[in-house]
Amino acid sequence: MLNRKEILSTIEMIDQQHLDIRTITMGISLLSCCDPDPKKACDKIYDKITRYAEKLVKTGEDIEQEFGIPIVNKRISVTPMALVAGASETEDYVPFALALDRAAQTCGVNFIGGYSALVQKGMTPADEKLIRSIPEALSRTELVCSSINVGSTKAGINMDAVALMGRIIKQTAEATADRDGLGCAKLVVFCNAVEDNPFMAGAFHGVGEAEKVINVGVSGPGVVHHALQAVKGQPFDVVAETVKKTAFRVTRMGQLVAQEASRRLDTPFGIVDLSLAPTPAVGDSVARILEEMGLETCGTHGTTAALALLNDAVKKGGVMASSSVGGLSGAFIPVSEDEGMIAAAKAGTLRLDKLEAMTCVCSVGLDMIAVPGDTPAETISAIIADEAAIGMVNCKTTAVRLLPAPGKTVGGTIEMGGLLGSAPVMPVHPESSADFIARGGRIPAPLHSLKN
Amino acid sequence: MNAIVTVVGQDKVGIIAAICIRLAGYNVNILDISQTILQGAFTMVMAVDVSKATATIGELSAALAELGAEMDLSIRIQREEIFDAMHNI
Repeated sequence: MLNRKEILSTIEMIDQQHLDIRTITMGISLLSCCDPDPKKACDKIYDKITRYAEKLVKTGEDIEQEFGIPIVNKRISVTPMALVAGASETEDYVPFALALDRAAQTCGVNFIGGYSALVQKGMTPADEKLIRSIPEALSRTELVCSSINVGSTKAGINMDAVALMGRIIKQTAEATADRDGLGCAKLVVFCNAVEDNPFMAGAFHGVGEAEKVINVGVSGPGVVHHALQAVKGQPFDVVAETVKKTAFRVTRMGQLVAQEASRRLDTPFGIVDLSLAPTPAVGDSVARILEEMGLETCGTHGTTAALALLNDAVKKGGVMASSSVGGLSGAFIPVSEDEGMIAAAKAGTLRLDKLEAMTCVCSVGLDMIAVPGDTPAETISAIIADEAAIGMVNCKTTAVRLLPAPGKTVGGTIEMGGLLGSAPVMPVHPESSADFIARGGRIPAPLHSLKN
Repeated sequence: MNAIVTVVGQDKVGIIAAICIRLAGYNVNILDISQTILQGAFTMVMAVDVSKATATIGELSAALAELGAEMDLSIRIQREEIFDAMHNI
């Protein structure tokens, strides 16, 4: 039997600690939409997505109302578009992005992910065409998200793709300069990308996945922060235990919602992604959790250790609560989307180098970081290469989502509003990496013995 | 199907009466009521059976929210499973 204290604690989590389901994402395979005629392929894509996801938003809203738990986003992820568009005889892939955008608008979802290519070992002509179309595709669509996988632990790092992506990120920022380079907020460069991630901008429906699937991403930095406030000054064993228990509860809620959505939409349940995904709202910050552990400001010495504990404890707590955990599970550190990180970055205590160190132990990577608009493409590529190397060597997913702010310098801020928040422009090293990036080729996959 | 009604706000005369009348209007059966004053705030938790209700949970939720707005209280109804999932293994 439920007791009053438990019921009220759930109400308090939802009301005051920003507990929510961050996203219900329907993954849809588009492999059946391949067609030599690009126009026919786009029609098939639109029809299939709108048919499968017709009731996604309504179902999400019904569950939200019945269970009284906010479901912030309803989204769609699709097969990496380079695989589908590659079958069509065309040089122009932008119509495929427009088809995705139209389908997303019709379904009423917040975002659609999968304008993607997987090029960790090499690029097909289709991959390259897709990558080169990204600036135009992201500037002419509203809801389409793009991701490119440039490296993996098994394949190494495709440095030709890394070099290309530096230029593509710059061009995307320029193509959306009238919106502060917002296009780059919808573009992620991965190493070891996962196939069942429900979170944007990196969601795509992997080729090893079923025809359609429901993946759910839970959140709850505010709940963890609140729980840790009750164990001030106690040893880290207690901190870890507290995080685990909280993550367990949050994930159980996610599992319930995932099963319910899966049943109502007659779509197999895929995974629960138990990520601590912050928002710019006060009280919903991962940085503040790290500070609660005893750091004066996020970014000072000790931040990496605090994040390592948090990331691990979240996974341990969540794993037992769900029948299938996947996606990016852990703690996200998107700077512009986290109130505490924005404050630390503005104060100059959180810098790019420290963020890079933090990505060795967080669940993803350098996320939503504004850099000066005049940052050379090669420097952006070098940042991607560093981040991919961390992922490749440590067998983890890493990613880069940088926002070169057109016309802005250090001290400026990009305002994106909503969940994307605001990003203070951070300095990058002024010394050149151009000759390093100009080499191209592939960084070989690492050895997995002789570990030290 | 059971649901949980929670009420939080400033204590005043007639809260329980008003909510019970509203629920009865939709043929919702009350199974258990527990009420207390917690840190100065009136808090009530009510377990109800909605299997014979004449409205969906979504409609009940809207009706109770409207009543809450009239009485300056936070009133919500949620399916019991959400609490079960979070607090019971």
